[in-house]
Amino acid sequence: MRFSPTRDLTCTAHKTTASPAGIVLLLLAGCILSTAVLAETPSGKASRSRATSSQRSRYRSEKVLPQVTAINRYIREAWEEEGIEPSEAATDGEWCRRLFLDVIGRIPSVDELDRFVGDRSPDKRSRLVDELLGEKYLDEYTRNATTLWTNLLIGRSGGTERRSLTNRAGMQQYLRESLKANKPYDRLAYELLSAKGNNKPGEPGFNGAVNFLTMKLAEDAVLATSRTSEIFLGIRVQCTQCHDHPFNNWKQDQFWKMNSFFRQAVALRRFGGGRDIQNVELDNQDFGGEGTTPEEAEIYFEPRDRILTVAYPEFTDVDGTVHQIERSGYIDEVDRRTEFAKLVIKSGYLPQAMVNRTWSHFMGYGFSKPVNDMGPHNPASHPELLERLASDFKESGFDIKELIRWIVLSEPYALSSRFGEANRRDDPTLGETPMFSRFYLRQMRAEELYESLLVATDAHKTRGTPEKEEEAKQRWLRQFVIAFGTDENDETTTFDGTIPQTLMMFNGDLVKRATSTDKGSFLYRIATDDRIRATQKIDYLYRAALARSPTAKEHRLMKKVLGKRPGETTAIRDVWWVLLNTNEFILNH
Amino acid sequence: MAQRNRNRRMSRRHFAEHLMGAAAMAVPAIAFTNSLTANAATLKKNERSAILLWMSGGPATIDIWDLKPNSVNGGPFQPINTSGEGQISEHMPETAKLMKHLSIVRSMSTREADHNRGRYYMHTGYVPNPTIEHPSYGSVVAHELGPLRESLDIPPFVSIGGGSAGPGFLGMTYAPFVVNSNGRIQDLDMGIEPQRAANRLELLDSLEERFIKQDRGIAASEHAKVLKKTQALMTSKQMDAFKVEQETSQMRERYGNSNFGRGCLMARRLVEAGVPFVEVDFGGWDTHSNNFDTLQNNRLPQLDQGMSALVADLAERGMLENTAIVWMGEFGRTPNINGNTGRDHWARSWSVVAGGAGFQGGKVIGKTNEDGTAVETDPYTSEDLMATTLAALGISLDSRFTSRSGRPMKIANGGRVIKGLLQQA
Repeated sequence: MRFSPTRDLTCTAHKTTASPAGIVLLLLAGCILSTAVLAETPSGKASRSRATSSQRSRYRSEKVLPQVTAINRYIREAWEEEGIEPSEAATDGEWCRRLFLDVIGRIPSVDELDRFVGDRSPDKRSRLVDELLGEKYLDEYTRNATTLWTNLLIGRSGGTERRSLTNRAGMQQYLRESLKANKPYDRLAYELLSAKGNNKPGEPGFNGAVNFLTMKLAEDAVLATSRTSEIFLGIRVQCTQCHDHPFNNWKQDQFWKMNSFFRQAVALRRFGGGRDIQNVELDNQDFGGEGTTPEEAEIYFEPRDRILTVAYPEFTDVDGTVHQIERSGYIDEVDRRTEFAKLVIKSGYLPQAMVNRTWSHFMGYGFSKPVNDMGPHNPASHPELLERLASDFKESGFDIKELIRWIVLSEPYALSSRFGEANRRDDPTLGETPMFSRFYLRQMRAEELYESLLVATDAHKTRGTPEKEEEAKQRWLRQFVIAFGTDENDETTTFDGTIPQTLMMFNGDLVKRATSTDKGSFLYRIATDDRIRATQKIDYLYRAALARSPTAKEHRLMKKVLGKRPGETTAIRDVWWVLLNTNEFILNH
Repeated sequence: MAQRNRNRRMSRRHFAEHLMGAAAMAVPAIAFTNSLTANAATLKKNERSAILLWMSGGPATIDIWDLKPNSVNGGPFQPINTSGEGQISEHMPETAKLMKHLSIVRSMSTREADHNRGRYYMHTGYVPNPTIEHPSYGSVVAHELGPLRESLDIPPFVSIGGGSAGPGFLGMTYAPFVVNSNGRIQDLDMGIEPQRAANRLELLDSLEERFIKQDRGIAASEHAKVLKKTQALMTSKQMDAFKVEQETSQMRERYGNSNFGRGCLMARRLVEAGVPFVEVDFGGWDTHSNNFDTLQNNRLPQLDQGMSALVADLAERGMLENTAIVWMGEFGRTPNINGNTGRDHWARSWSVVAGGAGFQGGKVIGKTNEDGTAVETDPYTSEDLMATTLAALGISLDSRFTSRSGRPMKIANGGRVIKGLLQQA
């Protein structure tokens, strides 16, 4: 039987008694039990594990959150049903690197890594998680979360289009403030959907949240409808614009009924006297309807059978409950967008969509694939778990950091990416349903690469202002974005493991800077420090790039490269260049 | 017990049972590779290339290739005679002179009228499916024709302007090499002496190997494959093919001073260098409003100039008989003109154009009704167009791929050849 520290702990923690003393006793018993087991059980196959057992996790949380227990239980039950066994646990270094990337969007520095790996306390993992979600890393967490949300809400190219109605800086300012304060998710959703005001920072009435919708209202707000649906409800409804959904039970009229909620919204362009748009005001105005009665402001749509059909604002929740509001188009009688926002945040869709997306971010895949296309046509792989997490997320007051905490402290998140003996079938790249019995490899995002290179070369210590840094980063990132320029506002990235990306990593400016040996640079300091032996330098570079020490064989290989003169600058530079270009570096594993 | 939903419908075993035709199951394993038989067909394949002109956004083909001047759906454009059978838009005068080299298929009828789905479908011949990523035209052609050109350092599938679809289960080796139309490939030079570069790459290779051996998933080995391709590229003289500026100014003016024009010129150069598949992206066709103004004053002049220059240039150089040209978008646009003088998405009846290698020129295949709302003859799909194009390139339609999960897949999703479009048909 494969050893897994968390498995033992979970069993004991499950049996909670009323008295605190009882709990302590149980935990103590569990501690003794698992320590005993630790001492006896070998950790993984000798031929495979490069890490010594001291590098493997001996962690044990003092308090195991019930949601973590639930995740572990449901996931493990599913393994048992499928007859697969999980891979071994990831090493401390692997887990630490993974956590830093997924939570704050960069790899750990050597200091951070060493501190964590060298820490012998049993609750070090939950403490590191608390740190990354706490005050100490607040700015970094915020920057990363802002990037993720901005890309989700307006795309990487949002705000850069010709005649754009989106102010990217305004969007980011709003998100930065909200995420920094860990604003509850339902509040965030409500604000993004119902926001009014000016989209540009510094203007009177500035409200950055409007930038979500300002560029999605053209052509009867079709894009606003479909994006809102994808992001906040987790359902893809684009095709129901023209016909009933071929797979799920969404009907064409439901699309247009939802669309009706957006019809009072207008994006008013303000020109500064020239031809360029200076800023945009998002407001709600009277909507007369497409007929003749603003008191019952209807819209029309044309189904396949070509009989013009009417639609009024109506929202159907995930359980089938239908919510209607007054039909008036007059803004002082009914503010449709605000009513819609209220319905969305109370709906059953909201928590489950967010749980699915967040799970997907950390675990590589959601419970349904694609992440924003949930429904009976695309059944969840672990429906009970999804339901449980959605419910707890709601109960927590939609606390995003809490949700993150549950996921990253779970057993599946702590597994190695290596295949085990009995989970070869768990390979989503072959189209199999993910069982989360191993960590799934994925490439760093372009933003993560950028930040990781900064920290790997200590350049993060001498950053400019957040705005200037952001600007420089955006300029570098833009080379990878291809916007399609259609009414769906779609885009794709060429940072996808292809040749141009490799050329950039081989020869581009960013890596040239990261491998610079100019005086004062990271490599220069290491190369010229005669107090450190060559082997130590190599070890340091490995920890900086790959969060591990080199193997004996790698040491020998690298020493040959460094030649007779250890620390020679050129050689060090080559070693560093190589490390940064490996699959091991660029892949989150 | 926990009720979960494993995607049982899509499990390997189950799917295999549903494969079209028991023949697929009966064929022994050896036939499930793309083994190339040495015969005349191979020689033909070895010379041929394809250029896909991709009109991103869904072009209003009813205003370009299949005009309806007698219908209320016709709009203001008038048809003009061409050197081929059919009439086309008055705003494509140069292309009209060359229509003897190109044929129009007016009977396309597909079902995907959403940009994303439409793009995927028209590029792969398959409808999007969550469990599998299908390879696009370029990747398929690169896979079939690329290995025949061993001395080609340039990636066999070049996408000028991006916006194509990926290689899916064929893997990163056949991913589109995306460049923009100014031809500048960024970051080609490592900037150090060759010996030192070689040492670096050797060291890199051994580290990559180690990680791959740790058996963590395919991404690790895909990375290594791409590295090798990149290395070959960096040192190759063939990369000059991208340098459009090496052409005379007359030639560049002939194609037009637009991204699309430059892209077409680059495509010709790349095909000359032996690249089997080049896709040229031309966007801005999503004319939900202001359709006629946009087409007449913006899109069509560029299209006309670039496309006609390409066809004429290839013909003059004797390259047209070996270069297949396909023109298409995600779908067409509604015959009905909307309240914003625009046309909306419409997949029920629309046109594509094909010519060059293997294709008949000058023909009109199929027809739509008086007001353009329905196809009156045999309707054709993406798979059909794909099958016809592959056949024009000499690629056998009996070829099968094996997806990574072991599932055999027909090369053009079982599409049939469009009648009258191929030369020997």
